[in-house]
Amino acid sequence: MGRTSAFTDSSIGGGKVSLTYEDVIAKYEPVLGLEVHVELNTHSKMFCGCSTIFGGEPNTQTCPVCLGMPGALPVVNEKAIESSILIGLALNCSIAPFSRFSRKNYFYPDMPKNFQISQYDEPICVNGYLDVEIDTDEGVKKFRVEIERVHMEEDTGKSLHVGGATGRIHGADYSLLDYNRAGIPLVEIVTKIVPGTGKYAPEVAKAYVAELRDILRSLGVSDVRMEQGSLRCDANVSLRLIGAQTLGTRSETKNVNSLRSVERAVRGEMIRHAELLNRGERVVQETRHFQEESGLTRSGRSKEQAEDYRYFPEPDLVPVAPDAAWIETLRATLPEQPTLRRKRLQAEWSVPDKEMAAMINADALDIVESTVKLGADPTRARGWWLGEISRIANEQNVTIADLKITPTDVAEIVALVLQGDLTDKLARQVVEGVIAGEGTPASVIESRGLKVVSDESALMAAIERAIAAQPETAEKIRNGHIPAAGALIGAVMKETKGQADAARVRELLLGHLGQSVD
Amino acid sequence: MITRPAHEMAAAMDSGEITSVELTQAHLDRISEVDAQVHAFLHVDTEGALTQAKAVDDARARGEKVGPLAGVPLALKDVIVQNGIPTTAGSKILEGWRPPYDATVVTKMKNAGIVILGKTNMDEFAMGSSTENSAYGPTHNPWDLTRIPGGSGGGSSASLAAFQAPLAIGTDTGGSIRQPAAVTGTVGVKPTYGGVSRYGLIAFSSSLDQAGPCARTVLDAALLHEVIAGHDVHDATSIDAPVPQVVHAARNGDVKGMKIGVVKELNGDGYQAGVRSRFEESLELLAKAGAEIVEVSCPNFEYALAAYYLIAPSECSSNLARFDAMRYGIRIGDADGASAESVMNLTREVGFGREVKRRIILGTYALSSGYFDAYYGSAQKVRTLIMQDFNNAFTHADVLVSPTCPTTAFKIGEKANDPLAMYLNDIATIPVNMAGIGGMSLPCGLAPEDGLPVGFQVMAPAMQDQRMYSVGAALEASLLTQWGAPLLSQIPALAVAK
Repeated sequence: MGRTSAFTDSSIGGGKVSLTYEDVIAKYEPVLGLEVHVELNTHSKMFCGCSTIFGGEPNTQTCPVCLGMPGALPVVNEKAIESSILIGLALNCSIAPFSRFSRKNYFYPDMPKNFQISQYDEPICVNGYLDVEIDTDEGVKKFRVEIERVHMEEDTGKSLHVGGATGRIHGADYSLLDYNRAGIPLVEIVTKIVPGTGKYAPEVAKAYVAELRDILRSLGVSDVRMEQGSLRCDANVSLRLIGAQTLGTRSETKNVNSLRSVERAVRGEMIRHAELLNRGERVVQETRHFQEESGLTRSGRSKEQAEDYRYFPEPDLVPVAPDAAWIETLRATLPEQPTLRRKRLQAEWSVPDKEMAAMINADALDIVESTVKLGADPTRARGWWLGEISRIANEQNVTIADLKITPTDVAEIVALVLQGDLTDKLARQVVEGVIAGEGTPASVIESRGLKVVSDESALMAAIERAIAAQPETAEKIRNGHIPAAGALIGAVMKETKGQADAARVRELLLGHLGQSVD
Repeated sequence: MITRPAHEMAAAMDSGEITSVELTQAHLDRISEVDAQVHAFLHVDTEGALTQAKAVDDARARGEKVGPLAGVPLALKDVIVQNGIPTTAGSKILEGWRPPYDATVVTKMKNAGIVILGKTNMDEFAMGSSTENSAYGPTHNPWDLTRIPGGSGGGSSASLAAFQAPLAIGTDTGGSIRQPAAVTGTVGVKPTYGGVSRYGLIAFSSSLDQAGPCARTVLDAALLHEVIAGHDVHDATSIDAPVPQVVHAARNGDVKGMKIGVVKELNGDGYQAGVRSRFEESLELLAKAGAEIVEVSCPNFEYALAAYYLIAPSECSSNLARFDAMRYGIRIGDADGASAESVMNLTREVGFGREVKRRIILGTYALSSGYFDAYYGSAQKVRTLIMQDFNNAFTHADVLVSPTCPTTAFKIGEKANDPLAMYLNDIATIPVNMAGIGGMSLPCGLAPEDGLPVGFQVMAPAMQDQRMYSVGAALEASLLTQWGAPLLSQIPALAVAK
């Protein structure tokens, strides 16, 4: 890690730019706490049958229940319970035999009932952990992040503040409310405090959220799109003098919408806290908002006078009491943990670290694995997906998964190349045809006439014509000047429109001219 | 015809003696004749009722099989939503709101061919025992127009006693079906909690609220009970079990060998002499009918009222938070530059009445951090103790009985400024809600000292609602034999406005 420039905080009057990250960690120990909100990808909302599809016209995905109409009652979405249990199991939690929903009471116009149904003192999953690894100058380091709880709640609607400069309610001319999001199932995953990360705190925070995201994706319970808000992270940070036992005052940074921002937010808050503490000031316990452009946080509401949410058990719902057999059924369906899977695949496929990283970054692991499972050689499968196919995807500005080519197609193409039915050059044309929607590899080969010319008598005839056309070249070869073969092979390939196997042409040519094949 | 029981009206329609349109029109006429004095209705849906009635007549004419109450008119408490029909829950804050959906009980009644005449008056958000807390003015007791008809469902019970409707729906959170039934000489049943769907019932206290049937006879109540009861996927607290055989029980009225437990704590001091004497006479009649009368003790009932006034306000403080002027109901102070918060505050200030505000404040306080354990937490413990008292008592008796209320109907205005005195009126009805069991009130005569109706309460274990109907029907039959005519035949005639 290089030297990091220091941050100042305009909202507390601006301090001198004086501290480096190294200064901070030389004196203080950071303590983390991470709260991740995940929107589940159930088809219907947490407590009613309304659709959860993102991006609908405002207030078109609502009903008396999620609008909080008088008389309407919530009914728990069974699928959301199942997803929550899966998350808990994947995070090594105990699943509560009996958990309850409570009401969190506060007034806000985008919350239709003016209370949020949430789990409070009896969450569905408790006491788990997630191991994360980070690469450091001192090698790979492993950290265990302990999970305090996983609980379910409903999302609120959205307010759109119109007029005013900031898009915030303050200064707005009026506000519009969209309740499509109201009642979308949310799961909140809360860690215990995470001490002992030292200077790696920002990276550990990022690695935790990344690993969590991968797990949630592998479980298939959420779209985990940070940019759309389906995965949101609140980062709690506090500092204490190295060796101190008591915890420092924490700030809670919200609105952290990318993995990179998680790391930046933690680092920025560490420096901000250290500057305050070094000046003898105190850290205010408050909510702060991360600002993507500047990497700074802005003061939100103070939590010193904690709001009283008057929690009490939600009387409209019965307790959640999943039976043990169901939990075990769900446990049996858990996919392999993403980290372990990556390690296994890397070993099985003998992929160098750098290329493994490229594959993960390209989000190509699943698709390559499927291709390999269909019989393709791992190196070739990876080569196609990260090479030609990625290139076309980039051109079209889509992901490889969006293209019309499937693992089955790629496995078939790899097999045809291995059998000598396609050359690499022809295979690229087949890939292009499949992506263009011309059908399966077989039908593209058929319609475009891409089959390798493997009729040896036809090849020999072409070779003899080439020799006849360039007798001097042929003579050179006969005299042992093998590199001259290139010109004749080229002529044959040209005559066969590239559909001959160049290696075979070379073999036949050299044999014909009395030279051994090297 | 309008003074007859609902099941007789249905029989008359089956035999072709009368049509539903004629019957409905007769009730609509009666409403327009007497409701200026009684004020049982907040909204009368003349057109909708006649359309429903016509549909039932057509179905009968086509020879279709119709339900046992098809074509019979009914008055719906205004706390239950009906698609497109103004629904206020007796509150100004919902003035002009037309719900976009039907409550499950409404759907069931429509499917059964019951004709909904309109919405009845009530204490605002069902908070009260006199209907004086309605934002739209009090309902008057047809027995004596200067007296209260009970509450919160005073409109529903008064409409029965005034022959404006033969059936009504009420809701009961602490006695709001049974106490109005008692003071108007009608029958009212609070089914087991979860026996009837709450979907579409505007919540006062979710863990206590229960809709139920109101009628002039035990059998009519049972017939309506079977129409509205049953599991509902839209209500997570509704019980997924067969509906108790209440109609069968009401038809048989058999108490031979049944043990009837008199709750020691719900009788005696504080109970009006005439109430006690009518209650004692009823016990004798039940004994004559073959029941065994035993005494049981429920020592924790004395804490029921206090615990109720923590739990119900706590839940209501949260349930009523949604009335914020954003999505429905009235909106006050929505001028240029007004913030959402100020509109919300002004609307709630103007839209809620005194009793509602009192309970919201009480509940907000009881749920506050630092007070929760002492108030809400303790109240829940009391609730458990009350359930234990019932469980224990039900090992000694099949049903429990008491007077429904300590007194007969009091005067309008008499307790309006004394909330505690008002709350005490529900002392005998509240334990049933706290335990989630069933309770029925049926008329057992007039108190000699004031000539006003006295209610007899029957309580049965959860999902044993049929036992209340057995006892109720047996007592009703014995009393009818004694009186020679239903109690309501003694009600003073109302002046009829033409």
